[in-house]
Amino acid sequence: MEALATLIRSMAWTMPVGLFFAGVALLLLVMTGLQFAYPTIERKGFLPMTTTRGDRVFIGLLGAAWIHLAWLALVAAPLWWASILAVLWFALVLRFG
Amino acid sequence: MKGRSIALVVYFVFLLLPIYWLVNMSLKTNQEILSGLTLFPREPTLANFHTILTDPSWYMGYVNSLIYVVMNTVISLSVALPAAYAFSRFRFIGDKHVFFWLLTNRMAPPAVFLLPFFQLYQALGLFDTHIAVALAHCLFNVPLAVWILEGFMSGVPKEIDETAYVDGYSFPHFFVRIFLPLIKAGIGVTAFFCFMFSWVELLLARTLTATNAKPIASTMTRTVSAAGMDWGLLAAAGVLTIVPGALVIWFVRNYMAKGFALGRV
Amino acid sequence: MDKIENNKAWFLVLPVFVIVAISAIIPLMTVVNYAFQDIFSPQDRYWVGTEWFESVLADDDLHGALIRQFVFSFVILLIEIPLGIALALAMPARGWRASLALVLMALPLLIPWNVVGTIWQVFARADIGLGGWLVNALGIPYNYTSDPVAAWLTIVVMDVWHWTPLVVLLCYAGLRAIPDAYYQAAAIDGATPWKVFRHIELPKMRGVLLIAVLLRFMDSFMIYTEPFVVTGGGPGNATTFLSIHLTKIAIGQMDLGPAAAISIIYFLIILTLSFVFYNVMTRMGTGERA
Repeated sequence: MEALATLIRSMAWTMPVGLFFAGVALLLLVMTGLQFAYPTIERKGFLPMTTTRGDRVFIGLLGAAWIHLAWLALVAAPLWWASILAVLWFALVLRFG
Repeated sequence: MKGRSIALVVYFVFLLLPIYWLVNMSLKTNQEILSGLTLFPREPTLANFHTILTDPSWYMGYVNSLIYVVMNTVISLSVALPAAYAFSRFRFIGDKHVFFWLLTNRMAPPAVFLLPFFQLYQALGLFDTHIAVALAHCLFNVPLAVWILEGFMSGVPKEIDETAYVDGYSFPHFFVRIFLPLIKAGIGVTAFFCFMFSWVELLLARTLTATNAKPIASTMTRTVSAAGMDWGLLAAAGVLTIVPGALVIWFVRNYMAKGFALGRV
Repeated sequence: MDKIENNKAWFLVLPVFVIVAISAIIPLMTVVNYAFQDIFSPQDRYWVGTEWFESVLADDDLHGALIRQFVFSFVILLIEIPLGIALALAMPARGWRASLALVLMALPLLIPWNVVGTIWQVFARADIGLGGWLVNALGIPYNYTSDPVAAWLTIVVMDVWHWTPLVVLLCYAGLRAIPDAYYQAAAIDGATPWKVFRHIELPKMRGVLLIAVLLRFMDSFMIYTEPFVVTGGGPGNATTFLSIHLTKIAIGQMDLGPAAAISIIYFLIILTLSFVFYNVMTRMGTGERA
């Protein structure tokens, strides 16, 4: 227990990052549940390959991360603009990818 | 056909020349090394090897490296065997994603994990222990082992499993007594790859150790720079690091190509 | 391919999952935490938002390291893949010659990476190394410690020496899987060696070649130890690749925040490339397992 406490302390947790990973964990749980309830069917959208639901979520998240990075690197405007863009992208990939 | 053989021989000369040069230097005194280029040692001496094999601060480096390499190979194989069986025989929820996730860990640069590993092991009191390095190397060796073993296991017909279950074997009994002997070569090749990648890695091994578990690789860098570039000793230490690899390779030489093919790696 | 649906298989995967999760997920979470804070000690740390990302993304040193890294990885692939194929075709097929060639070929792969560095550090020196001495004797001035071009050449030659054997062994394995009957049929048809290569050997090697490209690209993308031993990233920053840059900041300067931010960018690149490669591989390689 002692070791576990030191371990968690050494990870230097902060609230936003904690919420982020909790969100990711929740997303994984939901995805697993959905897979039991409505098994995914591979399909071909605007992405250049057939994808499952899990693939699309992954591509969506990866794209969202890149959008934020590109925004920080190239644009001076506040970051939440990038977040809006990322959400749009995520929805787009999930629905039409 | 003639041209091909000549090209191959030329390549082997290119391949062996630098290694020969290392061996050559390890048999010279420092005066001879620094006094000019000689293609073979004029006064061959084993003094450099003698220093390494009698001084604990040197030879313990080899012992430490071997300890964590063997630990890592055992851990990697024992966790990877059942998992590889699962991937080769069953479909289960998230299987493809877990397989891909494992693969990304094989591809991830150790430099990214350096800092957190350092903090993590220090917090857990594992810093400078053999098990710390062995566990850190699992990061890339476990995924590799799963990948290779899965390739081998997929080559075994499923009818064998089915027959065994019909005959009333339990899973553990079937797996250990019937299935594993069938992929002996695959296990050997996988062990070889785990050994190899743990043996050659230095960045993590060096960062996670200080004195007790210090690998030979970092013994080489430190002692030499402190003594002001002892080229002969450095070369001798280098030659000795090649020996375990050369021995292991000899044992798997007949399976190696087969392993590469079936294991897809 | 008709695998049985069975979610109990998860129990077999669990040990792997736990052990890799401990060594991958916990560090990753830690890195993400670091990337958003200014850390003086575990108690004394401050949330700084995306400040580190902004400063790192605007840093010319990182841009330089990134560009060098991509150039290096492409140069490596361009040389090692064709050379590896050619050498695999030249390897003897069976007998003691084949065993000997295999063992020799695999030798560089089993040398610890820092020793590979040491070997070339010495071999390429003009005063005590045969290689450097030979090049200078041919009248070409060559000194890898002061000339960036020579440093690059040394690193590239070293990497070719070190890793081409991996490509050779993979291709060799692919070639051995071709039944003799294919070659006999080709001989009856009077096919030229080029035609044999193009229509029999190359298609059979496709699966293993994909693996070779994947492994070589990813491994050259994380190269650290060998160039570090030979040049230390110099002269100047000429051979500072991405991992060298990152390690310099993380361990050398102990700048936890910027190092964590670079780590995340690095990891995202790897994740994206792995995903692309993996999908290309599973889509092109299925049904033809080397």
